[in-house]
Amino acid sequence: MMSNTVLVISGLVAGPLLGGLINGLDRIITARLQSRIGPPVLQPFYDVIKLLGKEKMVVNVWQAFCAYCYIAAASISLVMFFLRSDLLLILFIQAVGAVFLVIGALSSTSPFSQVGAHRELLQILSYEPLLVLVTVGVYLETGSFKIATVYAWSEPLLLKLPFLYLVLGYALTIKLRKSPFDLSTSHHAHQELVKGLLTDYSGPFLALTEIGHWFEIVLLLGFCSLFWATNWVGMMILVAVTYFLEILIDNVSARMNWRWMLGYVWAMGLSLSLVNLIWLYAG
Amino acid sequence: MFKKFIQKSRIKSPWLLHYDCSSCNGCDIEVLACLTPVYDIERFGIINVGNPFHADILLVTGTVNLRNRKVLVNLFDQMPNPKVVVAIGSCALSGGIFRETYNVLGGVDKVIPVDVYVPGCPAKPEAIIDGVVMGLDKFKGKNAEEKSHAG
Repeated sequence: MMSNTVLVISGLVAGPLLGGLINGLDRIITARLQSRIGPPVLQPFYDVIKLLGKEKMVVNVWQAFCAYCYIAAASISLVMFFLRSDLLLILFIQAVGAVFLVIGALSSTSPFSQVGAHRELLQILSYEPLLVLVTVGVYLETGSFKIATVYAWSEPLLLKLPFLYLVLGYALTIKLRKSPFDLSTSHHAHQELVKGLLTDYSGPFLALTEIGHWFEIVLLLGFCSLFWATNWVGMMILVAVTYFLEILIDNVSARMNWRWMLGYVWAMGLSLSLVNLIWLYAG
Repeated sequence: MFKKFIQKSRIKSPWLLHYDCSSCNGCDIEVLACLTPVYDIERFGIINVGNPFHADILLVTGTVNLRNRKVLVNLFDQMPNPKVVVAIGSCALSGGIFRETYNVLGGVDKVIPVDVYVPGCPAKPEAIIDGVVMGLDKFKGKNAEEKSHAG
């Protein structure tokens, strides 16, 4: 019981802390790749604290409600990950949060929010089946959806599920809002969609969505860590290499449209998962 | 102590919104020059946002006239407090060479409160960066509760 409380608290603290630091490192590495110097590591924290200290301006009460729901769902799913709970349950709670963010954007009449929200729905449609398939693969290998069982597994899952790890990579790229999939918030192209999904969130509520996003970053990197759960060094190396590749892909690729995303991600994701699942079943 | 930390964060993370009130584009090109990787203003946490809801500092260039007055006021009102306005170039300061024209209202400060004036025709990128840094100092006297809406 005591250890559970510790795990819950560590999940709630580690989410924003780790997520913010990872985001800061991300911005520095991105800047270096573009031969710039980049902001300090703590820049994401300055941004969020500044936003928390700004005036509350709400276009719609529902939007504020949705921002709270999003951060609640994101933090609960990370805490459940720390409690080594059920993978499927975590996925569904995380999906509820993502949908609340969309509803919040849809509750405003701004065309930028609306278009961003529709694109975000398509992104959710693209990555959710892939995450479920990855979970199914993990289940077929270990015989359990419980994270505790996966972490206790004797050999690294990556050796048995290499293609499913690639599939997880697609989901990760979409979820981290990286190119070529940064459609809904248009992170680096303000001229196209202003800020898309997040256009009408402002001040403290924008800060809430940002902290929620940090929770999700840590959760997804946690998913990646499941694939090398036998020792800490291997796990850290796998997660670091994966995240570096994400930054690299973000910097070398152009933004594509949603039709391409849906077609490409489903075609590649579903076929790679199928190959891996057949191999696992037959082998 | 928390207030002090918010104050520090405001200075460390100013997000810019740039509005061009019918300028000749000279000042706008200089503003965009500041945003290029040469100066790499992300070092100071500055991000160019296209959204008044997210912005902290409003950069205004060009003359205010009867047409774009509404737009400028609207943008200013949509920015959550605390906010700083930096007027850039002779036209934004006083109307410049267009001040006698029938549709020009004069400087930006006729419409919204201006915190920093950056003169020049066009203003140099170094002067603009200097103006934004002076604008950061103005955050010290401001807080989220004040209501400074334009008329």
